[in-house]
Amino acid sequence: MTSFILRNVLKFVLLMLATSMVVFALVSVSPLDPVQMNVGQSAYLTMSPEKKAQLAEYWGTNAPLWERYGHWFGDVIRGDMGTSLRFNAPVADVIAGRFLNSLALMAAAWILSGILGFALGLVAAVKRGGIVDRIIKGYCLILAATPTFWLGLVFLIIFSVTLGWFPIGFSVPIGASAADVGFLDILRHLVLPATTLSVIGVANIALHTREKAIDTRESEFFRFAEARGASTWQAMRQHGLRNLLLPALTLQFAQVAELFGGSVLVEQVFSYPGLGSAAVTAGLGGDVALLAAIALISAALVFSGNLVANILYGVIDPRIRRRGFACAKKARKGAGDASS
Amino acid sequence: MHPRRSDLPMTPNSPHPSEGASGVSGVSGVAHTSEAPGGIVGTLQKIPVLHRPRREHASNKTHTLLIFGAAALLLIAIVASGRAAGELALLTDFTQKNLGPGLEHWFGTDWMGRDMFLRTLAGLSLSVLVGLVAAGASALIALLLGTAAALGGRKLDTAITWLIDLMLGIPHIVLLVLISFALGKGFWGITIGVAVTHWPTLARVIRAEILQVKQAPYIEVARKLGRSRLSLALRHMLPFVFPQFLVGLVLLFPHAILHEAALTFLGFGLSPEAPAIGIILSESMSYLSAGYWWLAVFPGVALVATVLLFDLAGSSLRKLIDPHTSQE
Repeated sequence: MTSFILRNVLKFVLLMLATSMVVFALVSVSPLDPVQMNVGQSAYLTMSPEKKAQLAEYWGTNAPLWERYGHWFGDVIRGDMGTSLRFNAPVADVIAGRFLNSLALMAAAWILSGILGFALGLVAAVKRGGIVDRIIKGYCLILAATPTFWLGLVFLIIFSVTLGWFPIGFSVPIGASAADVGFLDILRHLVLPATTLSVIGVANIALHTREKAIDTRESEFFRFAEARGASTWQAMRQHGLRNLLLPALTLQFAQVAELFGGSVLVEQVFSYPGLGSAAVTAGLGGDVALLAAIALISAALVFSGNLVANILYGVIDPRIRRRGFACAKKARKGAGDASS
Repeated sequence: MHPRRSDLPMTPNSPHPSEGASGVSGVSGVAHTSEAPGGIVGTLQKIPVLHRPRREHASNKTHTLLIFGAAALLLIAIVASGRAAGELALLTDFTQKNLGPGLEHWFGTDWMGRDMFLRTLAGLSLSVLVGLVAAGASALIALLLGTAAALGGRKLDTAITWLIDLMLGIPHIVLLVLISFALGKGFWGITIGVAVTHWPTLARVIRAEILQVKQAPYIEVARKLGRSRLSLALRHMLPFVFPQFLVGLVLLFPHAILHEAALTFLGFGLSPEAPAIGIILSESMSYLSAGYWWLAVFPGVALVATVLLFDLAGSSLRKLIDPHTSQE
């Protein structure tokens, strides 16, 4: 167990190191002039060349890439992620508030899509070949082809503009002070974004569960249960669920990357103040420090999701535990293929 | 050379009329046995009346081929008409602004009186073009890296596998935002971005395929005959993975197109003058509360339809190419 933890910690550190290099290299080769981005267009035009040179010196934009990376990474390690230009506050503060918003959104969508997708997949497998199965399958295939942001727009049109059930955007009512915002307000603003995100997330898990459940139905122990007189549902409940639940959970954990990507789009559509919309603002406004920090956080989130998925693999399959890590590794590779 | 089993004439009392390719499930098994000459009468009599096929169907292979052809033709038609509509799509007519969908303007018009149907077509053709270039480049990267990982020895394999893990470790959208931030916005920024982010999954598939074929006897024989490694890869392994590659390429399109639209929607992709679906949809956001729903709904539906067409083309191509399912 200790070696498993150590191995994963090492993997995490290596991955974050590589990610930070890639991220830093990408934001640094941008054709945007950092000095110009930082002081703003109008101030830049009226600035004297000496002042520009002085600022460039001060921000170290003339230093070689490696040196700048070293400075930046050293600061990040010490917990100083720089100052966000767009929000005019330390990056850590900007992220702290939005991280919770995003987490609430993603957690809601994660749970909702997991339960819904699992149920749909199970129903489709039990009713295999029938009209219900075909409807569920068609629904999943269409969903897989649907852009998240467009579905968000359609939900906005239907539920906010036409029916007026939900507010058009933001996580709290506009103009209300933080003290007046009740839990219900937050919930009301969360419903549409979370629904959009989970409706999209259903497709993958439902199709996967359906395949697995069909395999289970064709297994010998399942046939035996049915031959003993159990109905399909009964047999599914007593013998199928156990086989299906953990793989589904694992897949759901391995899907954190997609969930985060979807949340970026959904937050933008619903003007929901989370990490995703902050990343977009940062990217469009040349806010390098914020963009890099959010990219790192998203990578950490994805890694944690995958890690949980790997551990669950060991839990599901006792063979993996018994035979040690060589097998676990193989299974993990299979999981990666399935989730991609 | 021994004659393969399926080359032998099939007799009615041969033990397994359709073993091998099909017979996975009972339902489809019925359809397959009808293809075995001689077996058909006996089988049909066993089926209850209600389960008998209502009429003779074209063979499943022809059917799949037709679906593939139709999907491909429709896509070509979309691109061609979109190209043709390019100029017309930008035509403004302020006497015709903000009209709902009707006979004259199928998808309605926007606040500048542009016909939304033409704009959508032009946007789709642009999206397909970006998808084509990006998916093509991405598939080539996947082929190169997948082959290199499988044939280049242990160290290279570890490095490439790790690179794949790294690429999959950052969410696609975030990576795309970073890349388009680095390269500047516009056609090339987004095309390169999509191209360098979409190869990992296909590279994994190709690596696995080549690792598998590496053990095949005919490769062993060719190696013993003194073929060079390059010639082995080009003459014996490439033809083996090519079908997978082709299918992977077609199935990359939907992802590429969706990510292009998403990125353009966020403001990182194509420039606002370009008639792109992402632009159309992000512009429509300002008019949602005014009740101009058609600005968002129809272009989106068209995008979904295009993506589904690519999906259909890709999955029918896979069915045809894969020997296990080519008769389904």
